[in-house]
Amino acid sequence: MLSVKHLIDTYSLTADDITQILDTAAAFESVNNARVIKKVPALRGRTIVNLFLEPSTRTKSSFELAEKRLSADSISMGGSTSSVVKGESLADTIQTIDAMNVDMFVCRARLAGTPQKITENTDAIVINAGDGKHQHPTQAMLDLYTIRKHFGHLDGLKVAIVGDLAHSRVCGSLAPALKTMGAEVTLVGPPTFQVDDPDWFGCPQTSSLDEVIDSVDVVYMLRVQLERMEGAAIPSRREYNRLYGLDMRRVDRMKDNAIICHPGPMNRGMEINADVADCARSRILDQVNAGVLTRMAEMYLLLGGDQNGISA
Amino acid sequence: MAFLLKGVHAVDPQLNLDKVVDVLIDGKTIAKVADDIEKSDGDEVIDGSGKYLVPGLVDMHVHFRDPGFEYKETIESGARAATHGGFSDVATMPNTDPVTDTGTGVRYQVDRAHAANLCHVRPIGALTRGQKGEALAEIGDMVMEGAAAFSDDGHGVQSAGMMRTCMDYVSQFDRVAIAHCEDESLTTHGVINEGKASTRLGMFGWPALGEELEIYRDIELVRLTGCPLHIAHISTRKGLELVKAAKADGLPVTCEVTPHHIFLNEDDITDAYNTNLKMNPPLRTPDDMAALRKGILDGSIDCLVTDHAPHAQHEKDCEWEIAFFGTIGLETSLPLMLTKLVSTGEMSWSRLVEVMAVNPRRVLRLKPVTIEAGSKADLTLIDPGKTIEVTPDYIESKSKNSAFIGETLTGVATDVFVDGRRTLADGVVQA
Repeated sequence: MLSVKHLIDTYSLTADDITQILDTAAAFESVNNARVIKKVPALRGRTIVNLFLEPSTRTKSSFELAEKRLSADSISMGGSTSSVVKGESLADTIQTIDAMNVDMFVCRARLAGTPQKITENTDAIVINAGDGKHQHPTQAMLDLYTIRKHFGHLDGLKVAIVGDLAHSRVCGSLAPALKTMGAEVTLVGPPTFQVDDPDWFGCPQTSSLDEVIDSVDVVYMLRVQLERMEGAAIPSRREYNRLYGLDMRRVDRMKDNAIICHPGPMNRGMEINADVADCARSRILDQVNAGVLTRMAEMYLLLGGDQNGISA
Repeated sequence: MAFLLKGVHAVDPQLNLDKVVDVLIDGKTIAKVADDIEKSDGDEVIDGSGKYLVPGLVDMHVHFRDPGFEYKETIESGARAATHGGFSDVATMPNTDPVTDTGTGVRYQVDRAHAANLCHVRPIGALTRGQKGEALAEIGDMVMEGAAAFSDDGHGVQSAGMMRTCMDYVSQFDRVAIAHCEDESLTTHGVINEGKASTRLGMFGWPALGEELEIYRDIELVRLTGCPLHIAHISTRKGLELVKAAKADGLPVTCEVTPHHIFLNEDDITDAYNTNLKMNPPLRTPDDMAALRKGILDGSIDCLVTDHAPHAQHEKDCEWEIAFFGTIGLETSLPLMLTKLVSTGEMSWSRLVEVMAVNPRRVLRLKPVTIEAGSKADLTLIDPGKTIEVTPDYIESKSKNSAFIGETLTGVATDVFVDGRRTLADGVVQA
């Protein structure tokens, strides 16, 4: 059992919660990665609504596949089909769906706090699939899974999170989760992308990637949201790539066993060069694979399963 | 109609009055203040034992949304809320629709207030036409129709040159310019204090500097133009230091603070994203809150105001980033001050009267009200021992978006007199 009812953020999770999620995900490896019949009956008869109020490709398909592999009944709504687009309030949307009697909401939203708001309007369990600039806890879990799988542990690892820190829900959820698991985190980005209050994260913050590149075990590159270039937070793609981009020159300085992660989608040639994205250190596609496993684990645990109950 | 208030503890720092007396109200004025006044035929006697009598409270910063947003509040419903909260006077901000930027707009509010027949409503006119910050509003016309002050509240005047013109122009009238200080090039998308809260909750920050820079600018414009300036809803320690320095230089600068900025801070905004705590300016740090609380006690802040900002339920029951800014305040302001500052001994009754009655009248250029024979009978009677629960049912305002819903507070106005009329009687609004 997890200590939380919903998965809204990572700073509410204990080390035991995170370990349970990662261990349960590992138990789903055989279902997802080894079998021809990729399905278990664990959530048969349970109803899950994927409410994607902002565009998403990988997160949405990852959740949908995870639901199918657990035999849950699920529907996905959002985008142009959403009544929120037609001006309905979030509270009304949730109460309407809730009246149909569902077990879980998986929500992606443009606005921070949306998943919390959903919990106030339903008794169903809520998983945050990314809310504005706030949190993206299921991304953090798949990242931890990928990193743990490579190193065998998380404690004591040094991780640099690089890029658009202030506007990143990925950074907002990954940094606290890594710290909870005993890793050391350094935030790296131009001052215009740095977080307002690094003390809240409890992480050092620097504007020099070159100072940290040779001492870390994981280089985690964040996606630069190109729309944020307006307003002159950074002068150009070219300059960003030169100062903060991960190129082979920097990769060659990394520790022997160090790895590269990126939450996707990538801007090749901006925060990460094409040859780097495809190099042996890159764990980017492993992260995508881990996304299905960890989301299966999160839904399974939150809907009342326990680690011992996993059976084919 | 005459009212005889027996055994009230009258507090009026203008007269150094702080003792138990009898007060006779006859017609629109106070007829007599004495240790013991005999009841005459026709006098209605009100037992004031255990209660405090003070000059009528004034909230010089409210939004009554009328005309234009009557679904949030009207002059009539706002006046009911003000009366219920113990106020004899309010000053209404001009961000209505249309903006109150002409004499006609001012006259409309005055007429509506007369029809409501509760508290005095003192319209504040816009500094610039449509509050767009581009051209002078008809300030002289508004003065002649009864405008009490001028402000583009809701927005800062972005151009220093335009603000200079406004202050130059206002300086010919005996009125203050009230500055909502917000440099929008710094606060653009901000919905919460920049710092811990914006980091923790993942939203764009509204930096303290966005406010402080305009406070500094407008104080320097006082030096240039001579126009008296009042800083609206000050929210940071540094902003207050700028005001203190201006006062020390002898400049005609005053300021105000809201209950929410002295009793709440950014740490009160939890992961619950309670949108009733979304304000402009935002709740700041605990250190800012402590500085402002000290300022209201030590005299460096002149006035307590609520920035009463009613919004309909659907405008607040939504995601934080799209929720409207503001909290209502008229019905909790006095109880909060009594519960959290006066009953704890931190604030004297005299100081309370200064910040809630005497100073706002001075800033608005209203005639002083004093507890002595011949003064206008605008008075508030307060029961310091009566307890209220802040619930939607308690609130007379049309909107219920209070940052203090759920609080239990002790000390509340029971009676209000406006021009000698009893507009609040034993806690009940006399409509």
